[in-house]
Amino acid sequence: MATMTKQQIGSIFAKQGILIAFALFLIAFTFANPKFLSIDNTFSVVRSSAIIGIMALGVTFVVISGNLDLSVGSMMSFSTIVVLDLHDKIGPFLAIPAMFAMTLALGAFIGFLVGYMKLNSLIVTLGMLSAIHGLTLTYSGGQNMDIADKEGTWFSVFGQGTALGIPVPILMFAAVAALLGLLLGKTPFGRKVYAVGGNGTAATFSGIKRARTVFTCYILSAACVATAGLIQASRSMGSQNTVGQGLELEVLAAVILGGASLMGGSGTIFKTVIGVLILGFIQNGLLLMGLQFYVQYVVTWIIIILAVWLDIAAKRGKLLSPIA
Amino acid sequence: MQPGALSSTLRKGAIWGFIVLELIFFSIAGEYLSLSDKAFMDYDNMLLLLKQSAPIGIIAMGMTIVIVNGNIDLSVGAIFAIAAIVLLDSMTWPIFAGLGDWVIPVAWLLALIAGTLLGALNGLIVWKTGVDAFIVTLGAMLGYRGIVFMFNGENPTSHLNWTLVDFAEAEFLGFATATWFLAAVTIAIWFLMTKTVHGRNAYAIGDNREAAVNAGIRVGPHMMINFAIIGFLAALSAVVFYSESGSVNPNDGQLYELWVITAVVLGGTKITGGAGSVIGTLGGVIAIQLLRKGLGHIGADTSTVNLVIGLILIAVLILDRQLNIKSKGALKI
Amino acid sequence: MTTQPVLRLADIVKTFPGVRALDGVSFSVLPGEVHALMGENGAGKSTLMKVLGGIYQPDEGGIYMGDEQVVMNGPLEAKAKGIVFIHQELSLAEELSVAENIYLGELPRRSFGRVDWQTLADKTDAILKKLNVGFNARTRVGDLSIANQQMVEIARALTHEAKAVIFDEPTASLTDAEKVVLFEVIADLQASGVGIIYISHRMEEIFKITDRITVLRDGQYQGTVQTRETDEEAITQLMIGRKLDLSRAAVEHEIGDVALEVRGLSCGKLYQDVSFEVRRGEVVGFYGLVGAGRTEIAETLFGLRDPSAGKILLDGQEVRITSPADAIERGISLVPEDRKGQGLILGMNCRDNMTLPQVDDLKAGPFVAEGAEVAIFDQYRDRLDIRTPGWKQQAGNLSGGNQQKIVIGKWLSMHPNVLIVDEPTRGIDVGSKSEIHKLLRSLAAQGYAVMVISSEMPEVLGVSDRIVAMYSGKIMRTFAANEVTEDSLIQAISGIGGDRAA
Repeated sequence: MATMTKQQIGSIFAKQGILIAFALFLIAFTFANPKFLSIDNTFSVVRSSAIIGIMALGVTFVVISGNLDLSVGSMMSFSTIVVLDLHDKIGPFLAIPAMFAMTLALGAFIGFLVGYMKLNSLIVTLGMLSAIHGLTLTYSGGQNMDIADKEGTWFSVFGQGTALGIPVPILMFAAVAALLGLLLGKTPFGRKVYAVGGNGTAATFSGIKRARTVFTCYILSAACVATAGLIQASRSMGSQNTVGQGLELEVLAAVILGGASLMGGSGTIFKTVIGVLILGFIQNGLLLMGLQFYVQYVVTWIIIILAVWLDIAAKRGKLLSPIA
Repeated sequence: MQPGALSSTLRKGAIWGFIVLELIFFSIAGEYLSLSDKAFMDYDNMLLLLKQSAPIGIIAMGMTIVIVNGNIDLSVGAIFAIAAIVLLDSMTWPIFAGLGDWVIPVAWLLALIAGTLLGALNGLIVWKTGVDAFIVTLGAMLGYRGIVFMFNGENPTSHLNWTLVDFAEAEFLGFATATWFLAAVTIAIWFLMTKTVHGRNAYAIGDNREAAVNAGIRVGPHMMINFAIIGFLAALSAVVFYSESGSVNPNDGQLYELWVITAVVLGGTKITGGAGSVIGTLGGVIAIQLLRKGLGHIGADTSTVNLVIGLILIAVLILDRQLNIKSKGALKI
Repeated sequence: MTTQPVLRLADIVKTFPGVRALDGVSFSVLPGEVHALMGENGAGKSTLMKVLGGIYQPDEGGIYMGDEQVVMNGPLEAKAKGIVFIHQELSLAEELSVAENIYLGELPRRSFGRVDWQTLADKTDAILKKLNVGFNARTRVGDLSIANQQMVEIARALTHEAKAVIFDEPTASLTDAEKVVLFEVIADLQASGVGIIYISHRMEEIFKITDRITVLRDGQYQGTVQTRETDEEAITQLMIGRKLDLSRAAVEHEIGDVALEVRGLSCGKLYQDVSFEVRRGEVVGFYGLVGAGRTEIAETLFGLRDPSAGKILLDGQEVRITSPADAIERGISLVPEDRKGQGLILGMNCRDNMTLPQVDDLKAGPFVAEGAEVAIFDQYRDRLDIRTPGWKQQAGNLSGGNQQKIVIGKWLSMHPNVLIVDEPTRGIDVGSKSEIHKLLRSLAAQGYAVMVISSEMPEVLGVSDRIVAMYSGKIMRTFAANEVTEDSLIQAISGIGGDRAA
């Protein structure tokens, strides 16, 4: 009980490090700028993080199962453009399910390639990033999409509405997080995702259908992307066809920050939410400090590397790598 | 023939066969669909192809050694942009005001040093922390791009120096300067990878890192050097390109890593490391550039090109997997 | 005057937590001799060699080369001092040429960091000539057969003047013709005064090429004999000691119907024409060397491999098993050989590991019934005496014995018709070992049909009602418990006896 060994302190830090760092960060920033944790500001941060956040929830499944998804950014552009376009063509009630179906089809294609054909997910999703980008451009004819009659439709509720005083995007983020959190943490499917990512061979030896599990993870990711696209489209009622470009990086950063290992087998929905919030608040904090918008990119870079480094270092017990 | 042998033979020769197919396809299709009068396989057109292959091609050579080594670099596009900014902006710096046109080599040098240092930084982090190259360069992709934007916001950075432009637009022996640079880099990296100890070690490390470590090879510094090389080449590519263009947008170079990796994989390099060749990469670069040009020739737009390139990458992966036919009775994991 | 040994290990002691792996072992190798090191699995052979190779440091005792005591800090140092290992697992870079592999890390250089190809080729050719091989220095290693790749490893060992070369089960993947070449290589090494340590189970080879034999048992030195003055029976005695107290719970119980029958099953080169049956209430042991084909049969029964010929019958019905999920549904459970790589998800907790195959069935609505899961865990924790602070503990943190019990509990909780256990006690402490053995016997008593694959003689003898001895993919002989003897068993699995003259 007396003194805690260095190792014990180290391991506590490693497990809860992100949370501790986040808490310290929030405190520090609030001292620097009391407006930081005001209701208004917090809502603002969470609302703008909702889109990345929902996408990150889906990607969490993919990462825990041991894979990657770099296509989510361009897939989101696709979803946004498609739903805006279809809104004016077949009305919002049909446009939304149609867009979901199309996005899920893309996700199914990726899931098939990675799950059943066992192709390398990095390359496949890199290729799909380009292919879907091209698909979006072709679909939109290179034009941006705008809803013709912005006032005359209920469609804006997703991106701009509030319910019980809370912005709808935040509610949707919370709902999806709750749903997926239950799915990942409490259902047999969730267990299988952890198994496949933790040790795919042992999972197979335990009778788990590995291909099917991986496939389903990509479907979930696509569903999340579709939801994010819906919110994005609804928020501005119009969009450039490159709206999602680069988002895959922020999403991956959030997932990594949340502590999910890119090796697979660990991570939780809750931790990803924390990762999303960390990213969001850093962005916001830096802005409130008067720093240039792009400084956050540099800060995110440093934080990702530190986060993963400390995680790896905690596991191997040494700070520096033993490679000569 | 063992199952792997068919795939490795195909792997080596296939890309050239693919190029021939493309030439044939676009020449014929061009007859019916093209908007211009010129034939696809026009001499000038082909020369232009080589010149246009240079920016991606130069970087792809560096990516070959990095991937063979067992790593990857997603930050090359950002390094490209930073080097371009250093190149163009440094020519306007007051300290160099007295140099006149001699500022050009100085600017080149600064740009190249910037790229090399950024690449070496990536390599150092991979070496010392043990974090996977994928994550390190993913972060760098974000961070370096942030630096690019921090420089001048969303505005382009420009500087026109006509001497430089003249040089860049010049032709030696009928080939553009850019093409010469591509050739020189290809030969240099080919030499490095096939004739030097460093290059052969790269294959060993990528193929079986543990065996390499046990054999006493110093893997850490080796990797750092390779990252420095690709950083240098990303900068060189920027130097070659922007000497002629004179203006860089902060978004330039985005997705370059995608093209480069696609070219390298198409050219037969194994994404997991240990196998691959510069000649194959050259083939991959030309094949992609040919595809872009060809599709443009028959009236397709950028979006279709992106779509097709992405799908081809996936098709290559599938083909590769199918060719590595497992023998019957193998473990079905 | 007696010849100075090239290498001498004196009174080596090496302990690990809970286990005294080497207990005062002394061993010496003379120049130009082939000295066999024999003993059962777990006897301490590989630990001794790891000490010699600098991977472990001895707790007591020393290593002497010539007159000096030396300390080995790692494989590179050992090699520099002239001690070279040829391991079972090859460690080569497949894309590089033979020459580049042989001189990995030591490529001869010219100016500007260029490889001196000429010198490389010359030096490599010289070595290859010594080994009298059929390939040249430029061949890509990935294109060579396993036997030739092994030759490359051996060649690698000869880049420096070796004083002692250690071969660890070198013939496991070789055909007879390739073995002949290997033995010629060994003879050449002998002729140049190199001392050779030869680790193997294969009696025939030992008696063909070795000069002396040293036997270890349970980490202790049992003796060294001149090969020509001894025979297989004597060596076997040294390896297994006095008559074993086969303390079997000799409770006779009823043997029921045939639960599993295999007829003429083959899988390419892995095993051919295998036929046997397993009845409820009996334990059938499968004994043999690495490569005999036992695990591959188990994998086939579990849907991980497709057989090339033959039939599998469960309860009299012919079946085709296409995947592990399929096998599980048909009531087959497999406790695999590699508990960390195949049996467990080390990052998951004990309970989740244990309930994984049946997680789809343990539901309360759409959610996992965690209470039921914990109940299952508690049940088997008590029954198997699994030591862990709680079910939340990560499986990776448990000791080997407890990890194995989790895996066994996992499969027992499926209440299988046929339970296959592959190497149930590999790398497990003595206490847990005997618990698991008792458990296997009691499972039979409860009416399970059990297949046990083992490479440890006391285990297979103590646990089985019948023993199937395999060698090189074929069943050599099947013994009943009351007719088997240690000697006849060892001979069967070494390829001697039966109807096959090896």
